[in-house]
Amino acid sequence: MMTFLTYLVSGVSLGSVYAIIALGYTMVYGIAKMLNFAHGDVIMVGAYISFCTTSYLHLPAWLSVVFAVAVCTALGVVIEGLAYKPLRQAGSLAVLITAIGVSYFLQNAAQLIWTSNTKVFTSVVGLPSVRLFGGRLTITGETIVTVLACLLIMAGLTFFTGGTKLGKAMRACSEDKAAAQLMGINVNATISMTFAIGSALAAVAGVLLCSSYNTLIPTAGAMPGIKAFTAAVFGGIGSIPGALLGGLLLGIIEIFASAYLSSELSLAIVFGVLIVVLLVKPSGLLGRYVPEKV
Amino acid sequence: MSEQPNSSYPKPKLVPVPSTNIIPERDIDKRPILECRHLGVDFGGLTAVDDFNMAIGRTEIAGLIGPNGAGKTTVFNLLTRVYQPTRGTVMIDGRDTAGKSTAQVSHMGVARTFQNIRLFGNLTVEDNVKVGLHERVKYSALSGVLRLPSYWRREREAHERALELLSIFDMQDMADHQAGSLPYGAQRRLEIVRALATGPSLLLLDEPAAGMNPSETAELMNNIRKIRDTFQIAIMLIEHDMNLVMGVCEGICVLNFGRIIAKGTPDDIQANPAVIEAYLGKRKEAQ
Amino acid sequence: MNRLRTMKPAARQNLISYTLVTAAYLVIRLLQGQGMLSRSIQGQLVPICCYIVMALSLNLVVGISGELSLGHAGFMSVGAFSGVAAAVSLESGGVGSPAVRLVAAMAVGAVLAAAAGFIVGVPALRLQGDYLAIVTLAFGQIIVNILQCVYLGVDAGGLHFNFLDAELHMEGGVSIISGPKGTVSVTKIASFTAGFLLILVALAVVQNLVNSRAGRAIMATRDNRIATASVGINSTKYRLMAFVVAAALAGAAGALYGLNYSSVAPSKFDYNTSILVLVFVVLGGLGNMWGSIVAAAFLTALPETPAMRGLADYRMLVYAVVLILVMLGTNNPSVQSFLNGKLRRKKRRKEGAVK
Repeated sequence: MMTFLTYLVSGVSLGSVYAIIALGYTMVYGIAKMLNFAHGDVIMVGAYISFCTTSYLHLPAWLSVVFAVAVCTALGVVIEGLAYKPLRQAGSLAVLITAIGVSYFLQNAAQLIWTSNTKVFTSVVGLPSVRLFGGRLTITGETIVTVLACLLIMAGLTFFTGGTKLGKAMRACSEDKAAAQLMGINVNATISMTFAIGSALAAVAGVLLCSSYNTLIPTAGAMPGIKAFTAAVFGGIGSIPGALLGGLLLGIIEIFASAYLSSELSLAIVFGVLIVVLLVKPSGLLGRYVPEKV
Repeated sequence: MSEQPNSSYPKPKLVPVPSTNIIPERDIDKRPILECRHLGVDFGGLTAVDDFNMAIGRTEIAGLIGPNGAGKTTVFNLLTRVYQPTRGTVMIDGRDTAGKSTAQVSHMGVARTFQNIRLFGNLTVEDNVKVGLHERVKYSALSGVLRLPSYWRREREAHERALELLSIFDMQDMADHQAGSLPYGAQRRLEIVRALATGPSLLLLDEPAAGMNPSETAELMNNIRKIRDTFQIAIMLIEHDMNLVMGVCEGICVLNFGRIIAKGTPDDIQANPAVIEAYLGKRKEAQ
Repeated sequence: MNRLRTMKPAARQNLISYTLVTAAYLVIRLLQGQGMLSRSIQGQLVPICCYIVMALSLNLVVGISGELSLGHAGFMSVGAFSGVAAAVSLESGGVGSPAVRLVAAMAVGAVLAAAAGFIVGVPALRLQGDYLAIVTLAFGQIIVNILQCVYLGVDAGGLHFNFLDAELHMEGGVSIISGPKGTVSVTKIASFTAGFLLILVALAVVQNLVNSRAGRAIMATRDNRIATASVGINSTKYRLMAFVVAAALAGAAGALYGLNYSSVAPSKFDYNTSILVLVFVVLGGLGNMWGSIVAAAFLTALPETPAMRGLADYRMLVYAVVLILVMLGTNNPSVQSFLNGKLRRKKRRKEGAVK
């Protein structure tokens, strides 16, 4: 029973990170109608920035997170402006290949800057672990901070998209860009802002992910990125609560699969779940089906 | 095409058929090519088309008109099963289309063009027509890869038939052009040729004259009649150009807010108060 | 010569491709005979052939069928492992001729990879665009992950297979596949000539398919799916056909690749290899077969030349930048009109012109 709870806790912890990453995907996909393949690699950049500021500049942990968020936000806006904006009218194949190019670029640039050696990432979380049931169940400080951060971000974004003018502009753009433009909304600025928010969240996710796992390599973001995209689809693309639900479910499934089924085949199992989700429920748990107009 | 002899058919006398529509007298003892009964579709609570009843004779040219957003293209999408109807039946030549895919409806003899042209833009004009001939000139993929004799024979046949079909609109010289680079009017004509290549018994034309100038429209009008006379098929068209509709159609069906508000000959329709109201709005009665 | 001028553009391009490939083969053979090829380049000849076939087959999916597949290396791995298994068992069964074993290995690799392509394609091709890309990526990773758990050996009693368990209970015999280590102690029988012939076969299959009834249906589906259905074509069938044919060719290339090394690990065929092949296809031009050949050959051989070795670290970075620039160059309206002004002969690809 206690091992089950331990797995559940780490599943929720991992799932919360997926949920934060999935938010970035879901917002960008909802508004720009593109799969930002490089999103996972922005996570990795965020983690490296945090790593550098703490290890080389010896800055406090909270400041390193601020740095990571700032750099990633800028990075997200630059990527959007240079690589994606010129392709606004192009076919989806071209946009997807470009996004893969950006992802590849970030990974290889990181490899040149930081080498492919594994870096030991010291956790940015100072909280002590909580022991329950007479020490039989340990909940780490990282887990607590991750789950809290996830819930906080979720609540903040729900308020932002529902209650503020900018958030409403974002929703308008995701419904109909041409109509939004006619209503005086600056569509390009709104899309840039979406990338900025998504990338800032990616930085937070990167720091939290590496705090839990303590290792960092240039490809660290790729797989969590792809899994989080599935989480976003699972919950329903464009839906904020959907990203939370999908992220948590995927995190729990992943931990349970490798614990109870097979650790050698854990990757195959997770990707198997991914395939089933995309095939059986492409509109997601909380999404809606939009038929193609003829 | 200068001296197009007028249609070989006399001005039609329309006769009622049970429950659905009126069709030309010459087609009366034959089964209608298309019969819709109580056809309707809802999109998430919104009723786009409702209680659509219509029959078309085997060699009739029928018009489907109505204000923007009346549901005309939706009717075409229901007939070709691009959308699945919520209720009602569509019979092609007496056979129900329920449960059929768009491709299967095409095999039943329905071909169409699209309002927002849908050509295979990266293929040549000739290849676009050859894609239309896909189900008519057949050989296996393997004999294509191995270049067996059947490949050469069938490809020659496809080539000849494609050029023959293109000659309807005098487009043989454009055979090697990329379809996406053709001028607008030529793209619309190519779509008709591609549809004809499938060997349909019912041809659906969605705004064939959109974007054409008056002389092009007049030529199109002659061509529509010519196609009907040569291929002996039924044609149903959606069009906003009233000169074309009134000039070429024998029976007309008027749609407004997804419902049929009038059916009849061009003369009937022009005199129908409900149609005038749908197009021009209701006149305020002077007190 | 006159005949060449009156040929259809497609037929002319096919003929040029065959001629160029054969000429390149002869020139390399000649240089080899004169001892003018460096050791490292000689070692790359077979892999270059494999990557060319990979690029040709992926181009059938991405360029002709218009679907982004990110798991193409997975099919290569199926071909590599089954091909090696076939060659080794034939060898232990007493088949002496390397040529027979090589051809049999490539045939087995192609058939099993085609089967894998069918199993993956049937569910995956229900999706399109971004979702299809992710699902193919996932399938590619699953194939590699499963192969990492496979143990296979052969002794007098025949083939011994095990999943997840290294103990094969063999009496003597040789181990063929050993889990994460992949193929072990393989007799290297791959040859440059076999690679050249495989390229010719792949080229013939792809080009003949493209210029046939089935190929037109595949390209029609790419350009406009609803219009394709409206003329009575079952799009799914033809998308699947392109996918399976591409998988089969990748399998044959994989078998050749596997028999060129004494040992190949499954991780050699992961996502990165799929992306590398995609880079070849995009740089060579989507739908352009000889472009794929040239891009695959140069980008595999170039890093091996002495001048480029110092830049090896930057290779992937440069590929990434070029990938982005090619996409921007061929799809951005303003860049496009600029290029059209400069190079009038350059063909314009109007994607998204048909709404």
